[in-house]
Amino acid sequence: MAFNYDQYIRGGKLPHIWCPGCTYGIVFKSLLRVVDTLKLNRDDIALVSGIGCASRLPGYVDFNTLHTTHGRALGFATGIKMAKPDKHVLVVSGDGDATAIGGNHFIHACRRNIDITVLVFNNYIYGMTGGQYSPTTPLGHMATTMPYGNIDPSFNIPELAKGAGASFVARGTAYHAAGLDRLIVEAIQHKGLSVVEIINACPTTHGRRNKFKSPTDQLLWMKDTFLPAVAFEKLPPEKTAGKLPMGVLYKKEGLPEYCETYYGLVERLKKQKEGRAQER
Amino acid sequence: MGKIKLLQGNEACAEGALYAGCTFFGGYPITPSTEVAEFMARRLPQIGGAFLQMEDEIAAMAAVIGGSLAGSKALTATSGPGFSLKQENMGFAMLTEIPCVIVNVMRGGPSTGVPTGPGQSDIMQCKWGTHGDHPVICLTPAYVQEIFTETVRAFNLSEKYRTPVIIAFDEIVGHMRERIEIPDPGVLPVVNRTKPTCPPSEYLPYDDSKGDVPPMANFFEGYRYHVTGLNHGTDGFPVNASPRIHTDELRLIRKVEGNKKDIVKFEEYQLADAEVAIFAYGVSGRSAKTAVEAARKEGIKAGLFRPLTIWPFPEEQVAALSKRVKAIIVPELSLGQIIFEVDRCSKGRCGIEGIYRVDGDPITPAQILAKVKEVK
Repeated sequence: MAFNYDQYIRGGKLPHIWCPGCTYGIVFKSLLRVVDTLKLNRDDIALVSGIGCASRLPGYVDFNTLHTTHGRALGFATGIKMAKPDKHVLVVSGDGDATAIGGNHFIHACRRNIDITVLVFNNYIYGMTGGQYSPTTPLGHMATTMPYGNIDPSFNIPELAKGAGASFVARGTAYHAAGLDRLIVEAIQHKGLSVVEIINACPTTHGRRNKFKSPTDQLLWMKDTFLPAVAFEKLPPEKTAGKLPMGVLYKKEGLPEYCETYYGLVERLKKQKEGRAQER
Repeated sequence: MGKIKLLQGNEACAEGALYAGCTFFGGYPITPSTEVAEFMARRLPQIGGAFLQMEDEIAAMAAVIGGSLAGSKALTATSGPGFSLKQENMGFAMLTEIPCVIVNVMRGGPSTGVPTGPGQSDIMQCKWGTHGDHPVICLTPAYVQEIFTETVRAFNLSEKYRTPVIIAFDEIVGHMRERIEIPDPGVLPVVNRTKPTCPPSEYLPYDDSKGDVPPMANFFEGYRYHVTGLNHGTDGFPVNASPRIHTDELRLIRKVEGNKKDIVKFEEYQLADAEVAIFAYGVSGRSAKTAVEAARKEGIKAGLFRPLTIWPFPEEQVAALSKRVKAIIVPELSLGQIIFEVDRCSKGRCGIEGIYRVDGDPITPAQILAKVKEVK
């Protein structure tokens, strides 16, 4: 039986704003399947976003949803999680939102290892504002603010997350949608800060200016470029040129999670106080 | 009788927040406000509340809004440069109607300025700091005891009107130690946000049909709804159309301006027969009070109008004052900001004289007395 997406979509809120050929809808559906697979109570989910095309996703789904300011989703999400540590806090963000204007919040959320799942929709461009280069736009690519080709070096989002201290780092693509479900499931189940970079396509403001003749070409590029991490690691260096690994790229269990540590401290202070009261 | 303590203004602010039921603090270190954060870092874990020192002021403001949306009464404290950084998210809280309290312990100068000196030159920023039209409540206590009670009032107003409230006091009052009494619980009223009573399926987070302040559901309480910084309809979803944007922005302003009787608070000292009035708040208000006493000793009929609510501005009171005094003197630790509001409300009916100072020292009673003698 086909999956019933409608059960999670707010009545009357579709169609979405995304352009024809945009791959965000694929990720959107993956997220809904994951929530269903994990049997998360939708009252217990806060879905937080910043500004950009990806950040419009929360409006469509029937959770507690918060569409904030550009780059700041993780600040808001951290506040929510600290106030209600037993709830599921998920963040959706774009490459510009998460790693340019929100870069500081991104690395510090990773460092804190707070139990939030961050889905970074990387489409290599600022789509909503019409195609300006972002911190992930490949060198040489055309963008409206790089009319002679991009000269600005890129971030590698998984490496950035790992280096900043995230305890779960994965990469999926809109093309490999089934695998994406598994990655998001694992990310949400992981205790600590989990990052999933999701490779997406923006045919309107990126693809068509960069020799992708159709949205399909961008999906095929994902198919050809991203190899399962296990396979990628076994290849000799000359065969990995132009390829990138996907899957769970880094995972460390058992690291202190921020809310657990903080509320552990609260418990300790409470016991000390009770102890002192008994001594008197 | 409550507890008698010797406290710094910043500590009294934190005590006031706890009294009001604050269980969430998000901040970033900045002089001269840091003691508020330090106090909360010590106390909040003791009572099971959440303390967060964030990576910057922007994130601190964001965390406070998130904490409030998740049901906590939330506080942040900062000063000049940090206050500038918080502005965008403050505007978000104003438009999305999420209660929270922002303390600005005012220091001197633009930019890094005079971090350890007092200032009152953020007072227009308190009103206009974030972009767009927006409602602002800003309180200006001048004594350590008053910082305590005004912090409680700030939380109450914030919860009652579903809007951020700013408390702006200067470095001198923030760092000054005075005897204060912390009342027993229950002595001062504590207000909590009105929650919806309708079934979740009928809940409209911005429904203004029953009043200008719609009931607010916290996240995770079964009322799943959408919050966005875009202009939105009664259901919380983006609206890009006339006339909703216009009418809703008017409602936000009306929420504050229409309730001035409840929000505007001030002290009138020796004003009844005054020929010269002084309009001053914060540390300048303290100096002004001493100046009034000195003037009275010399037989000069001087009086003080000291606003505890600076925004919304006490327009009616200043207008009335301007009809019965010869002049209003406005001492402020800036190069002239709040004087323009006094001037606007006085409409030329009396003289307006400013005393400005931005060298890191307070305006002295002697400076004010000299001006009183000049204009009497």
